[in-house]
Amino acid sequence: MNIKRLCILSIAMMMVLGTAFAQKTELNFWTWRPEDTEKYEVLLDSFEKQNPSISVTLTAFKNTEYNTILSAALAGGSGPDVFQSRAYGGLETFAQSGYMEPLDAWVPELKAFNKAPLGGATSIKDGKVYGVPFASQTLFVFYNKAIYKELGLKIPETWDQFTANLAACKKAGYQALANGGKEGWTLEVMMGALAPNFYGANDFFEAVVKGKTNFLDPRFKGAVDKLKELTLYMPDLYMGVSYTDMQSAFINEMAAHFVGGSFEAGYFSSQNPKLDFGIFPGPAAKAGDPHYVSVYADGNFSMNAATKKKDAAAKLLRFFASKETGNFFIKELKQVSAVPGADTSSSPYITEVLSLQKYNTPYMFLVGFRYNQPTGSALFQSAIQGVMAGTLSSADLCKQVQDGIATYYEPFKK
Amino acid sequence: MMHKKTTERLWIAFFVSPALVIVSTIILLPLFMSLYNSLFSWTQLIRHEFVGLDNFKRIFATEPYKTRFFNAMGNNLTWLLFTMLVQNTLGLMVGYFLSRRIRGSEFYKRVIFIPVLFSIVAVGFLWGLYLKPNVLLNGFLKLLGAGQLTRAWLGDESLATFSIIAVNIWRWVGFPSLVFLAAIDNVPSEYMEAAWLDGARDSTVFFRIIVPLIVPSILIITVLTIVGSLNVFEQIYTMASLDGSPNYSTDTIGTLFYRTGFGSVDSGNPEIGVGSAIGVIIYFLTLVASLISIMSLGRKEVEL
Repeated sequence: MNIKRLCILSIAMMMVLGTAFAQKTELNFWTWRPEDTEKYEVLLDSFEKQNPSISVTLTAFKNTEYNTILSAALAGGSGPDVFQSRAYGGLETFAQSGYMEPLDAWVPELKAFNKAPLGGATSIKDGKVYGVPFASQTLFVFYNKAIYKELGLKIPETWDQFTANLAACKKAGYQALANGGKEGWTLEVMMGALAPNFYGANDFFEAVVKGKTNFLDPRFKGAVDKLKELTLYMPDLYMGVSYTDMQSAFINEMAAHFVGGSFEAGYFSSQNPKLDFGIFPGPAAKAGDPHYVSVYADGNFSMNAATKKKDAAAKLLRFFASKETGNFFIKELKQVSAVPGADTSSSPYITEVLSLQKYNTPYMFLVGFRYNQPTGSALFQSAIQGVMAGTLSSADLCKQVQDGIATYYEPFKK
Repeated sequence: MMHKKTTERLWIAFFVSPALVIVSTIILLPLFMSLYNSLFSWTQLIRHEFVGLDNFKRIFATEPYKTRFFNAMGNNLTWLLFTMLVQNTLGLMVGYFLSRRIRGSEFYKRVIFIPVLFSIVAVGFLWGLYLKPNVLLNGFLKLLGAGQLTRAWLGDESLATFSIIAVNIWRWVGFPSLVFLAAIDNVPSEYMEAAWLDGARDSTVFFRIIVPLIVPSILIITVLTIVGSLNVFEQIYTMASLDGSPNYSTDTIGTLFYRTGFGSVDSGNPEIGVGSAIGVIIYFLTLVASLISIMSLGRKEVEL
């Protein structure tokens, strides 16, 4: 009798527990920022508290491998429910393949977002929004304030002042620039930060996108030549210096400058809280000219069109479109959140980045030429490695970029 | 009599089928699928109409695919040439000296073989660190007072491929060494003793007796080297990157295939049609090269 009762009781308990577990919807969320996982966990905890019926599992992949892993997973019919997605051409791949759920109806908050970040989340084919934009990125120069103070340097206005500062740092035994060339993309970032003031920022961008000029334009070649000048101030054997080497040189105060993107700041501060760094826009050709910085929508949060948990996924995406996430991006990740009305007062850094955006221009190849193979980025990144190493001339770079893009870009075919 | 034959056939089928099922689902099926995929046009990840051999034509005749493909192919040939010459010669030498039972040969045998057991990704990652501008190798050179020899081993276009090949030889040389050692040990000792008694020098014994008798092993190592050189991927992926950095100087058909077929952040959207076509080309190259080497070396085999 007792045993029978015990059995019934335990079966009943198992059923109760079973339904309790079954009610909890489990969402898988993927990001390409392994550096930020601890911080994301905090944000997701807050979401789980507000939505006790949903639990979110976070998985992070290396930045450079993320797209490949994601496309393989989605093509194989698996993949996360919600995932970080690239902007522009990177979005187009997944959106056009039908792997992304259009969010216009699911996330009403998107209507309030600014056009610039939404541009990176909108398909150029059907005009639908496929992601909740999370941040815009700006490219500029980080400098070490302590080294500037020690050497009595001032923030450079012009290119000549900039190179004079670099020379002074080099003379004092510092790495003038942290930047190396082992990975082509860090060189493209350098182009984005420093070249617009020489190729003519928006004027050139608009003309080249419309096909009114092309990459053989002397303005573009001139800007590449300017980048080449900087090899004098790059570390020894700079072609072997990788992204992580660059970061560690700046974080450990061995390097005075780091040409990079606004996304670096969070990592710099977390690795060395004592590091006192400032930022300045790429120097102008002559005093008094505006200082343009390249800006781009960094990426989005998107929903897997094949997920069976769309309601829960939409809840998470609406949370990502909320001010709480916006403030989290600003305060914790030091990123310029795309959420409208997020509070920037907590971060003087973000306020400063926003002030640099006064003169902004689209990040050339990412915004304009990353929709087909070979992308402008792929062409530029390889060729600029050749230019920086001295195995390719800037004229050849221009020709390779132009010829490569012209294989598919209609405005260049005329 | 018939009955016995049928039973025997059933038994053979019984033993062969598990392996056959595995080979067909894991090797043959994907092979035919990529052949199939390569005959279609794709937008992003969706298959469209049948285009015949257009994707292959693009690889061989259209820029920029053409330049990329032949550049990558050239690097694969560099891999083949240097692995054959350096690694396998070294392997044969090591195998021979180990077979002479020099002092401590058991110890050397193990030491040389250990890297073969390491994970290829771990080796690539660690050597990627060691070859950085200010780390192990350059630090060592500076310590020796040879500071002028320091290089950006993986960042210099003219050196990067050779640096990666050297690391791969370090990792893999133990394998041919052991295969050759086993083969040389199998050469009947009376042949060599007879030669020595006739006053033959060591070099004569090596070239006239040992080498002809270990042709089957040379054949196996040659085929493995060809296949390995055509399929090289992980080494590039871990030490350079998917884009064959710097400036495509380390690009191989493996990385080119991967980049084209799957796409990446910078290289752009996946082109599965062209990517599959490259995959098919890799397969046929491997097949043809293996067949040729098996047939040409097979004839040189000496019967004991």
